[in-house]
Amino acid sequence: AASKTPRHPVLKKRDDFEDVLEERRRSSDLRYALRCYTPTLYKGLVPCKASMLKTIVLQSDHLQYVIKQVSSESGDSTECVAEEASLILDEMAHRLQLSTIRFFAFTLSKAFKRLFRSVCVNEEGIQRLQQAVQEHPVVLLPSHRSYMDFLMMSYLLYMYDLPLPVIAAGMDFMSMKFVGEMLRMSGAFFIRRSFGGDKLYWAVFSEYVKTMLRNGYAPVEFFLEGTRSRTCKSLTPKTGLLNIVMEPFFKGALFDVNLVPVSISYERILEESLYARELLGVPKPKESTSGLLKARRVLSEDYGSMHVYFGHPVSLRSLAEGKINRSQYNLLPRYIPQKPRVDTHEFLNDAAFRLVRIQEENMVLKPWVLIATLLLQNPDGLELSFLTEQTDWLRHLALAFGAFLDWPDHEACSEVISCSLALHRHLLSVSAGHVQLNVTDAPQVETTPEEAVFHRAVVVLSCASYRNQILHVFLRPALLAVAMQSANSNRKDDVYNCFNFLRNMFSNEFILCPGDSIQDFEEACYLLMKHGVLQVLEHEIVMSASGHSTLAFLCSVLDPFLQGYQVVCRYLCEETNENLTEKDFIPAVRSFALKLILAGRLKCCEALSSDLQKNALAALLRLKAVRKVKVGDQVTLKVNKIAVNSLEDTLGKSNVNQNSWCSSMAMLK
Amino acid sequence: MKWNGWGYSDSRFLFNKKGQAEFTGKRYRLSGLILPSLKDWFEGTFGANLQHKSPATPTVNLSAVAPPDLNEPFVEDLKAAGVAMSHDPEDRVFRAHGHCLHEIFALREGRIGRVPDMVVWPSCHKDVEKIVELACKHNVCLIPYGGGTSVSSALECPREETRSIVSLDTSQMLNECGYCTGHEPDSMEFSSLGGWVATRASGMKKNIYGNIEELVVHIKMVTPRGVIEKSCLGPRMSTGPDIHHFILGSEGTLGVVTEVTLKIRPIPEYQKYGSVVFPNFQQGVACLREVARQRCAPASIRLMDNEQFQFGHALKPQVSSIFTSFLDGLKKFYITKFKGFDPHHLCVATLLFEGDRGKVLQHEKQVYDIAAKFGGLAAGEDNGQRGYMLTFVIAYLRDLGMDYYVIGESFETSVPWDRVLDLCRNVKERIVRECKERGVQFPPLSTCRVTQTYDAGACVYFYFAFNYRGLSDPVHVYEQVEHAAREEILANGGSLSHHHGVGKLRKEWMKESVSSVGLGMLKSVKEYVDPQNVFGNRNLL
Repeated sequence: AASKTPRHPVLKKRDDFEDVLEERRRSSDLRYALRCYTPTLYKGLVPCKASMLKTIVLQSDHLQYVIKQVSSESGDSTECVAEEASLILDEMAHRLQLSTIRFFAFTLSKAFKRLFRSVCVNEEGIQRLQQAVQEHPVVLLPSHRSYMDFLMMSYLLYMYDLPLPVIAAGMDFMSMKFVGEMLRMSGAFFIRRSFGGDKLYWAVFSEYVKTMLRNGYAPVEFFLEGTRSRTCKSLTPKTGLLNIVMEPFFKGALFDVNLVPVSISYERILEESLYARELLGVPKPKESTSGLLKARRVLSEDYGSMHVYFGHPVSLRSLAEGKINRSQYNLLPRYIPQKPRVDTHEFLNDAAFRLVRIQEENMVLKPWVLIATLLLQNPDGLELSFLTEQTDWLRHLALAFGAFLDWPDHEACSEVISCSLALHRHLLSVSAGHVQLNVTDAPQVETTPEEAVFHRAVVVLSCASYRNQILHVFLRPALLAVAMQSANSNRKDDVYNCFNFLRNMFSNEFILCPGDSIQDFEEACYLLMKHGVLQVLEHEIVMSASGHSTLAFLCSVLDPFLQGYQVVCRYLCEETNENLTEKDFIPAVRSFALKLILAGRLKCCEALSSDLQKNALAALLRLKAVRKVKVGDQVTLKVNKIAVNSLEDTLGKSNVNQNSWCSSMAMLK
Repeated sequence: MKWNGWGYSDSRFLFNKKGQAEFTGKRYRLSGLILPSLKDWFEGTFGANLQHKSPATPTVNLSAVAPPDLNEPFVEDLKAAGVAMSHDPEDRVFRAHGHCLHEIFALREGRIGRVPDMVVWPSCHKDVEKIVELACKHNVCLIPYGGGTSVSSALECPREETRSIVSLDTSQMLNECGYCTGHEPDSMEFSSLGGWVATRASGMKKNIYGNIEELVVHIKMVTPRGVIEKSCLGPRMSTGPDIHHFILGSEGTLGVVTEVTLKIRPIPEYQKYGSVVFPNFQQGVACLREVARQRCAPASIRLMDNEQFQFGHALKPQVSSIFTSFLDGLKKFYITKFKGFDPHHLCVATLLFEGDRGKVLQHEKQVYDIAAKFGGLAAGEDNGQRGYMLTFVIAYLRDLGMDYYVIGESFETSVPWDRVLDLCRNVKERIVRECKERGVQFPPLSTCRVTQTYDAGACVYFYFAFNYRGLSDPVHVYEQVEHAAREEILANGGSLSHHHGVGKLRKEWMKESVSSVGLGMLKSVKEYVDPQNVFGNRNLL
């Protein structure tokens, strides 16, 4: 990997956007919903009826094989197992109907026009997709931030006369009686959240997806991230479904598969405060139809604009070139399920990360994202004029690092900022030219201190979900900035070691492709050098005279995460309960952090986020500082306190000089 | 015989002054006939143009042939032994190549590489023994030569060879009367028995007669270590691994086959061609698989894909009467309109039945009944016969293509039944994609047929050709694409070769194909039999 040339993210070229709502505002939605829909199809195929699809799946060699296998293992008759398979398929299968799509085309047109100022799509991406659909089966891989995502995807594909996708959805939707069926009829198929060892379920599921893909009846759509990201950071991708859609290529049943990453970004997320509450431990409301009706309230609010960017189709064949030896499947009939080999697994993982990275890179960022970043770093608020100045500075930094920023060119900076502030007014207060996150505002009379902290945390986490959108732009330079600080040395090797440590520590938190450590380091050096922050010599990395403010900013970007991870480590070291169960971990850390905040020993509300806590635990498990032990039906966590302590120390070192950076920042003010 | 193309000098395709294709000579069924649709097919398929010619150098440029590097003591001893020999440049050039595209392309351009330094013609087993003995004694390199129809670079003189190279020509044919061996490879007119044995050849009618390994009863081969043969003609033996299998497919690396005892069969009383049209390739493959399962394959059964069907159609001679053309129109109407076959998807199986009349007719009915189950319609004897003709004239057609900037070749593989469809589609598509990526201006001809059936799978045969105008190094592009196609075959569960052999062209994949232990076994045999590497053509290993 080291020999690869460093990536130059700055040189990225992106397409222009068109607002699809413009046309909707001008002509009849009804006529639009009833218009003639003639999608371009893969090799001119006629879509296949749901019942036909079911027969193909149930009679496939693969499923027949597994049915026999399950039957001989369980002692049930094959008819019985086949019946079970058929029921699973009924529960799972989509029943795509054009009439439902038309219904959605009508209602969603209405809804989108109320919700959004504009829905922008890169039409070049659509054209590429049109081409791709005809060449090879297509897999659509949208990012997942909101329930809106897949409705929007189908809506857009209908709009552009593209074949409607079949979408892998979580079973939780099924509990919404009417809506579940509606979604089913608009192409969703439902999978259980966990079916661990259920061979039959897996066989039905994978054969169903593969049949749809192989025959090219419809593009398959699923979310690499597995679930909606509550933090607006991309989630570590799951590889299960990716393996299923890739297998027909590995086994030669398909010449190629086009993987199309799609980035969907919202100026304001519909579920914004819902997510923040969920992260703070208020369980998410069970999906129910009545809940959705209550969501009608959201219809009266302004959610700004939305951007959908269809990325370049990635040819699976070229992706796998030289990495997958397809002849490994030569010696067994292909219908016999085989576990992916280690190298296949590595490939899947690597591909999944790369695809999520593409999603990240094509995610449109609004000015508010920059403002939110600055407001979080200044909990006491900022003068509007200074905020404007800082935002402009940050904008240039972000652009230099290759951010896909949607900044109105012709408007004055102050104008842009006041617009953003207006759209997100519920998160902040502006008084006498002073802008502050809405943290002190506590209208209720009798609030306990806990409630006050909770209230503040909701605002901070909501705001953080916007900052998180730009993290991927700053991540690598920020890791380098922190590494330089903690290395306490200019030697390149020392800095790299620290960088690598941090990268390793945070690889459950951020999208960091496994094995790309050196490349990431080089990229960070390149960016900071190009921006005049650093001089990278053969064996040394030296900060330039003018580099202080940038490095200080970058360090504070990672600060909440460093603090949060330290809190988790400290908790694990101080916890005396030998039988801490995995289930109790999150509430326990949360109350630990809450105590620290109440005692004034911790300022950072983000340490309360269950997402951060989960990621920290995953990292500690990965680094073997914590072990899972199964006791009865409980999983308990065994803590290696020495290891955790030392990790905390190392993280602490990264924070040591924080004050000196901050003071230089203050000097700048 | 042509020195820089396929077959007899008098037989060739050409476009006459009226722009119509015709086949010259008198030897073949097509000879002397006008093929009116070939021009349109040719121009349409390749984007070629009759105005754009790329003619071959008319005569061999003998001054380009390097003077022979003779091993004088060897030559002296050989003279004393009375073996016929020559170091005439034309004889040497003729035996320096097979029929790979790059070999023929170079000859047409008048480029001549390393050629054997002399040619010897032994007349009997004793002569061969003498030659091999002297070659060992004087350390010269021997390259056995049969019919020269190799398509695996097997006859190319290895570049690294520093010894004097002697081509050992063994082209003597079997001419028994009243019997046949039934072994009919497509190159049958020109290839030799020794060559068949040395390359593990396969014949068109293997379903009745078997492939060469099933036909052979006894082999005698002269090696540097001595003569290898079995002691009796028993039809099967359990005497350890069959030593014949070291010889079959040894590709001239171990010795010279001097005597072969083959099974012979009475010449069949009755022969009948046939053909079946299928709505698409999938149905056709399913039918062939069923025929194989029921073990009722006729002497030959082949399934051509749509492109190859159209190719075959382009070879239809001028129709003799209005009635025939009317009948053709009617047939076409029936198949495409009445039966709803898409002319761009339908494909044709060609059949050849042999045996006594009653049995042939019975057999024919059985096969047509199976075909009907897969939507196949009987399409007449004529279509069948034309399908087989294509395979005998394809090499002549390549020469025609090369006159007009079109180059191409064929290659083959064998694959289990369940992978036939995927392999065919993927390899064809890979060819198209690779050509595009390498700057070939016009989509290539990329077509295949299932050409042999077995219990466990099929042999698939590909034709690949393209128009190379605008390419600076067409042969290199061709080789890259063929290389990619072979990679694709292996990735899809196909074998390295069904009957063309490995030669030097496919050596790089041998280890992957037979495992390193397998390769080691073969190497140790070579080591024992020919430690001096007298049979130094460097094929296979």
